[in-house]
Amino acid sequence: MIGISHYLLVATALFAIGAFGVVAKRNAIAILMSIELMLNAVNINFVAIDRYLAPGGALGQLFAVFVIAVAAAEVSVGLALVISIYRQRRSVNLDDFNLLKW
Amino acid sequence: MEELILDIGRWLVSGLQGLGLSAAWADLVLLLVQWGCIVGIVTANVIVLIWLERKVSGFIQQRLGPNRLGPYGVFQTVADAMKLMTKEDIIPSGADRTLFVLAPMLFIIVAVMLYVVLPMGRDMAIVDLNVGLFYFISVGSLSTICLLMAGWGSHNKWSLLGAMRSVAQMVSYEIPLAFSLLGVVMIVGSLNLGDIVAAQQRVWFVLLQPVAFVVFFVAATAELNRGPFDMPEAEQELTAGAFTEYTGMRWALFFLAEYTNLVAVSALASTLFLGGWQGPLLPSWLWIIVKTYLVMLVFMWLRWTFPRIRMDHLMSLSWKVLIPVSLANIVVTGAGLELFRAMGW
Amino acid sequence: MTLTLHDATFALLALLTLGAALGVVLARNIVHSAFLLVLTFLGVAGLFLTLDAGFLGLVQVLVYGGAISVLVVFAVMLLMSEQAGQTNPPGASRFTRWAGGVGAVALALALGAAVCTTAWEPGSGPRPEAVAELARLMLGDYVVPFEAAAVLLLLAVVGAIILAKGEDGR
Repeated sequence: MIGISHYLLVATALFAIGAFGVVAKRNAIAILMSIELMLNAVNINFVAIDRYLAPGGALGQLFAVFVIAVAAAEVSVGLALVISIYRQRRSVNLDDFNLLKW
Repeated sequence: MEELILDIGRWLVSGLQGLGLSAAWADLVLLLVQWGCIVGIVTANVIVLIWLERKVSGFIQQRLGPNRLGPYGVFQTVADAMKLMTKEDIIPSGADRTLFVLAPMLFIIVAVMLYVVLPMGRDMAIVDLNVGLFYFISVGSLSTICLLMAGWGSHNKWSLLGAMRSVAQMVSYEIPLAFSLLGVVMIVGSLNLGDIVAAQQRVWFVLLQPVAFVVFFVAATAELNRGPFDMPEAEQELTAGAFTEYTGMRWALFFLAEYTNLVAVSALASTLFLGGWQGPLLPSWLWIIVKTYLVMLVFMWLRWTFPRIRMDHLMSLSWKVLIPVSLANIVVTGAGLELFRAMGW
Repeated sequence: MTLTLHDATFALLALLTLGAALGVVLARNIVHSAFLLVLTFLGVAGLFLTLDAGFLGLVQVLVYGGAISVLVVFAVMLLMSEQAGQTNPPGASRFTRWAGGVGAVALALALGAAVCTTAWEPGSGPRPEAVAELARLMLGDYVVPFEAAAVLLLLAVVGAIILAKGEDGR
């Protein structure tokens, strides 16, 4: 019987995959994608806990809606940043963004 | 007559249970049969629709249209379909094969998924979803991704440009489309399409929400990539947009999906604004078909009457006209509802 | 222990979601990553459906599947400069890759152990109709965060336009 812990385990695995992507990838857009994976993992947690531990309300779902809204804002600004830095450096590789290093 | 189709379903379920299947499995089989019926009817219907479209365009342009095969050329599309099936299947050598092959399949799957919630008669929605309208909008928005897959996978600049145009257009027009439906949802107080039809017992919503209906119609035309908003496949400049590199059945799948979407959106329009399956004398499932066909004829009429508009005009129409108008409509509807409630309706 | 329909659906969706997510981080071609990301989002939406959160699942499909992923794919296509096959390389140094892998596995194990050892106490109570309940919460107790999210989205739209348009308004 599938219970809350199965959902939380899936969310954990998804979160870890996202974390790996953030650390190991060098393409700025790929890192944004990995962050989205982690946010999705968090959303699964919210909804699973809402469903199994507090079925009387919809607070967990409400929180997930807010997370989705914030993620949408984050992606749009993040991609705009990537596009504007691409104009300067002709690259989306984070290793090339070393303007402040010397 | 009224219960004809429902009776067939019940007969099927009881027959299956008589064979020793449990109720749950019988329902599952019924669901699959319904699914198959949708796919079959949609495919057969497209053959009629394409013939109709060509006849309508011929009528509007004062020519005959297809007239060789069968009476009034009705078998022309059948011949076309056979030709497409026997054509060589070409995958360009530079193409991203996976995306190229998957795109048309996913496009048609998304189009068929729309039919699940549409009530095609009294109690005749396949799934009576309590957020049916929202389902329609959100699943419909997935088709943009399939177009992007096709555009990118073809490895062709016309394909990519066409895909980007159509996606920009569809994303922009999704907003007025959804907003225009909100007025209806506010009046009914439910996202269930069955409830929305039931609420139109006395008066159709096209009379209560005329502005929303017009906005919906314009936005839906753009969403369907039909003329005068057919920028994505503007033949004269982009050859065929995202579909440029497709041949044979793969191309036919896109065409099929476009007409499938047309039927779905027309059925949605008649469900939301024209009273759905309600009507006198005829059985309910016939009424929705009649209304859907009437709406589709208007779509065809529009397509062959207006010239294509420019890309930037297209965008500013959505962002500067339709969205403000639909927002104002929501405000007026809300105020009106409160007013009527205060007057004790 | 019998396999119910719900269990089977869950297993399929979990496999789909995690497989697609792995594809996102492992694919060499960033376009493939982007499309696999869409698949991941749809898998998560499916998981929401199995959790009786149909409305939220549809929000996920609409916002993530229909909007955010389109944005990502668009950006990817605008910024393609090299051969498609090498657009999404793993980190340059072997060290970051291994550190990332080991760290992620350690994180998963630690969190997984925490999930498995916690004694969850299932709550009970009648489940309210989700859409109505969400509307009540959003426009009632949580109206301030709701409005704040609206302002945030507006700011993000304006900011994104200014950033992407460039300094001299090209």
